[in-house]
Amino acid sequence: MTGKSDDHRKVRKVGDSAFGVSRRAAIKGAGALAGVAAAASLTGFTARAHSGSDAPIRIGFQVHRTGIGAAYGRWYERTSRAAVDYINETGGIGGHPIELVIEDDGTDPKRGAEVVEKFAIQHKVDFVFGTLFSHVVIGSAPRAGELKMPYFVVSEGHHVASGKLNRYVFQPGITDVRQQVISMAPWITSNLGKKIAMIFPDFAFGHDHRDFFSAAAGSLGGEITTLLPIPPTESSFTKYFAKIPSSTEVIYHVMVGPAVLTFVKEMGEFFGNNRPELFGFIDSLEAVDIASPGLDYLEGSYFWEAMPRYADGLPTAAAAFYRDKVGVDANGASMSDSKDVATFSHMFGCWETLYVIKAAVEQSGYRSGKDKVALIETLENMKWFNEGIAHPQGGKQFVGQIHQSFGRQFISKVENKRLKVVHTTTIEDGLYEPEADYTKQAL
Amino acid sequence: MSFGAQLFLAVLEGTVTASVLAVTALGLSLVFGVMRVVNVAHGEFFMLGAVIAWSVAFTVGDMPLVSFLIALIVGPLVVGGIAVAVDWLILKRIDYNPEGTIVATIGLLYIIQQATLILYGPEARAVEPPFYFLIQFPWFGYSGYKLIVVGISLMLLLGTWYGLTRTRLGLYMRATQYDREIAQAFGIPVRRVYAAVFALGGGLAAIAGVLVVPIQQAHYLMGHNPLLMSFIVVIVGGLGSLRGTLLAAFVIGISDGVISVFFTPTLAKIVATLLVSLVLVVRPAGLFGETEP
Amino acid sequence: MTGRKQDNPWRTPMIVLVLLLAAQFVLPAYHHGNLTRIMVFAVFAIGYNLAFGYAGLLSLGHAMFFAAGLYGAGMSAHFLGFSMPLAFLFGGLCGLVLALAVGLVALRTRGVSFMIVTLMFSQVGFLTILYFNEFTRGDEGFVLAQEIRQLRFGETVLSLTDPTLRYNLALGLFAASYLLGVALLRSPIGRVLVALRENESRVQMLGYNTFGYRLLALSISGALSGLSGAAYALLFAYVGATFAATQYSIYPLLWVLLGGVGTALGPLIGTGLMFYLVDFASEITSSYLIVVGVVLVLLVIVFPKGVIGTLQEKWRGLRS
Repeated sequence: MTGKSDDHRKVRKVGDSAFGVSRRAAIKGAGALAGVAAAASLTGFTARAHSGSDAPIRIGFQVHRTGIGAAYGRWYERTSRAAVDYINETGGIGGHPIELVIEDDGTDPKRGAEVVEKFAIQHKVDFVFGTLFSHVVIGSAPRAGELKMPYFVVSEGHHVASGKLNRYVFQPGITDVRQQVISMAPWITSNLGKKIAMIFPDFAFGHDHRDFFSAAAGSLGGEITTLLPIPPTESSFTKYFAKIPSSTEVIYHVMVGPAVLTFVKEMGEFFGNNRPELFGFIDSLEAVDIASPGLDYLEGSYFWEAMPRYADGLPTAAAAFYRDKVGVDANGASMSDSKDVATFSHMFGCWETLYVIKAAVEQSGYRSGKDKVALIETLENMKWFNEGIAHPQGGKQFVGQIHQSFGRQFISKVENKRLKVVHTTTIEDGLYEPEADYTKQAL
Repeated sequence: MSFGAQLFLAVLEGTVTASVLAVTALGLSLVFGVMRVVNVAHGEFFMLGAVIAWSVAFTVGDMPLVSFLIALIVGPLVVGGIAVAVDWLILKRIDYNPEGTIVATIGLLYIIQQATLILYGPEARAVEPPFYFLIQFPWFGYSGYKLIVVGISLMLLLGTWYGLTRTRLGLYMRATQYDREIAQAFGIPVRRVYAAVFALGGGLAAIAGVLVVPIQQAHYLMGHNPLLMSFIVVIVGGLGSLRGTLLAAFVIGISDGVISVFFTPTLAKIVATLLVSLVLVVRPAGLFGETEP
Repeated sequence: MTGRKQDNPWRTPMIVLVLLLAAQFVLPAYHHGNLTRIMVFAVFAIGYNLAFGYAGLLSLGHAMFFAAGLYGAGMSAHFLGFSMPLAFLFGGLCGLVLALAVGLVALRTRGVSFMIVTLMFSQVGFLTILYFNEFTRGDEGFVLAQEIRQLRFGETVLSLTDPTLRYNLALGLFAASYLLGVALLRSPIGRVLVALRENESRVQMLGYNTFGYRLLALSISGALSGLSGAAYALLFAYVGATFAATQYSIYPLLWVLLGGVGTALGPLIGTGLMFYLVDFASEITSSYLIVVGVVLVLLVIVFPKGVIGTLQEKWRGLRS
């Protein structure tokens, strides 16, 4: 196998794009394994001593290369590489280049924890970032806390903000599901209807939607006509549509996973022309082309987006710059393969997270492991990340107590097999009272 | 929707599920019954059928009926070929040792899944049904293609039954299943029968995948559920009994849908699973079990 | 059968345990941590081996016993404030009780039927965890706070986050399970189990209550699996439904088959082998699952009775 170039723009159907880094990691691994007991018997975590001013900042990237999250993982990897390349081109972090070390966690919480350990103890990285699926985040976070490894997740789960993880875990680059959901409620209840049926996966992710949206809609005069939690392995949904009362005005759906295409098809077959309004979350269709066969039924329906897939939805210079760097065209697909649709409402989180790490390092004067405390405290005091090249999705308000960023959300309508933004929320629409305070925990 | 209509819908849905399940399970039943080995990668053969169907559709372009027909032939052929290769390279070498086959086919599962991830990708992709028409019942619309699937499955099941009972290969298979040593004594080429059975089993799973993909979608992890479901069906039906496999497929396929009319989805799945396992507890040999498992 | 090995069955276990004890002082930190995890899961494999290897009960549902221990320990510590040792034992008890309950029903079946019944019960377990997601947080799971993961002896407080403590606790649990496995193999109970694995009706005719023996085997198996789950929850601070899913029923089967069914050391070897196979393969390629798959196939061809099993056979062959 030849080492492949770091050109993130080339579409890789063959998944091995990290060979260059892996070889280095393999040599390090072999060295450790050769068990030079004396040299390598450092137990626990030791900070890597910097020597020389171009010593790189090593960042571990925990990615879902295989498993159920693989479709996201691929785009997370492309975006991260693009960000690292650009940051290094423009001077790195405080003059130090970023060195990305990549490990696949298989979208599995057990492996996630093992990989965090590997990052900290064997690869000796400064930071770890990139986890998406909530169960993997929660499975890995304890180990990051024990190892005192700053752990930046790009998950959109509410777990970080809930205060249930630990002070080393941050989610500064992407918004969380609670703010997303509550900022949708006003628009839905005023524009689509007040009698709402909810279809969601019987997962924590779905339950968060259920709980936060029910509360928000309820306080605005909305009424949930029925709740339909769908078990994970379900592959056919027609029988569930039958349970939706005819008085329903809006179907709020947030089905994720491979079965989404079936879901839409069957919805179309079931309701036909006589259907309620449909409001979904683009999570259902990340990496899926809206123009796919069987998705015609979505015409005229609405979707939440975190970052508009079609370029005209957010026509700022920063967004265009970012889109160009990560190799996504104006329709949200890979520039080298128009059938390879991006996970555009999630992947920006990797780009923005890397920039947050950069800002935190530069502002705190971080040089090596013993400066972690200073870095965390500096980050917790940050309040605002400006919209721009570092934050192309939009400005973010960072709430240090809960380690979570707040940003705007978009509502788009499916028109002529494209997504057209019809509403943009403000950050205030999604703000909620912090329910915890990490800054009070010891480090 | 009225209760009666919900029930009718559930029965329709259940019938479609059961048909595809019956074809998949039939493949497993043959392998398990004749060769007495567990093929953990059986679900992956199903997935490969779906992925091949997508690839054919992608290559052929905008002619769903043509690509469907091509896939119905290419899918089982390719997968059958892989099965024969696996049998030759691996299973023979370990002499069809049951435990060894489990480990080897787990390895095979990883290989097939990862290869598909690399070559096909992590996304789920849809395939157009070969014909699309909506049957409009008074209470809901229903896809005509789904009913076609039921029809094709029935033909496949009948065809397999015919093949087993009326052809020489079928005779060999049944003889080998009944008693391998005596079959050998009668001059039946048991090793070759095994290869044929393994190929047939894989081929049937692949056809099921081709049939189902226009209703669902092709995704590299989609083999997991069919594997489990077909196992359950084969054992509940009774090892060695094709009739049992069929009946079990229908009972399980339809009960799942019907029970969900009465309960919330997760609870319905719990109840359905318990009921099916109860069948086995009460009749350990399965519904039509002939041999002591 | 004669052979030096047969004279002292405790020799190999003692060597292994001493090696494991000593290893913590020479191993680099990374492998130190890995071995801790391997030992915890090896207990699960030993539990599985007891049911499958000794008694011939091929279960496809052992994830439910592991999960019983995981949730038993995790929830009692998190919600009820149980101390670590109490939560640990409670987890094991949950595994034991569940295995008893399942066994009373499932052991009416045999062979492949038993396989499917255990598979289905395990599915029910997984779905039940999702159903009660208010408490279990379903698939996402929950974290055990560092503050509660402590051992108190009077004034001294030892945190379970300490690698040395973790290693030795895992080693202690593993040692106890391993020695139990060896003892059982040699004991009258063990002999009955092996006999009924080979030919149940004959053992029945000799007057043994084979149902009782199989239930005993399954219960101990469930208890050990539960203890493994409990250890995971308390040592690694995470409880989630992933561990109740089918793959966690396939893993112990795979580990045991790889190492050698029915051998005492097999489970540890199989568990460690799979762990390092994945770890090493992921260093050389991002498609590491293919490497793992190929190696599994090769291993089966070269070691048809598992690594330890085949080696034992060859050793016996050399001796005689």
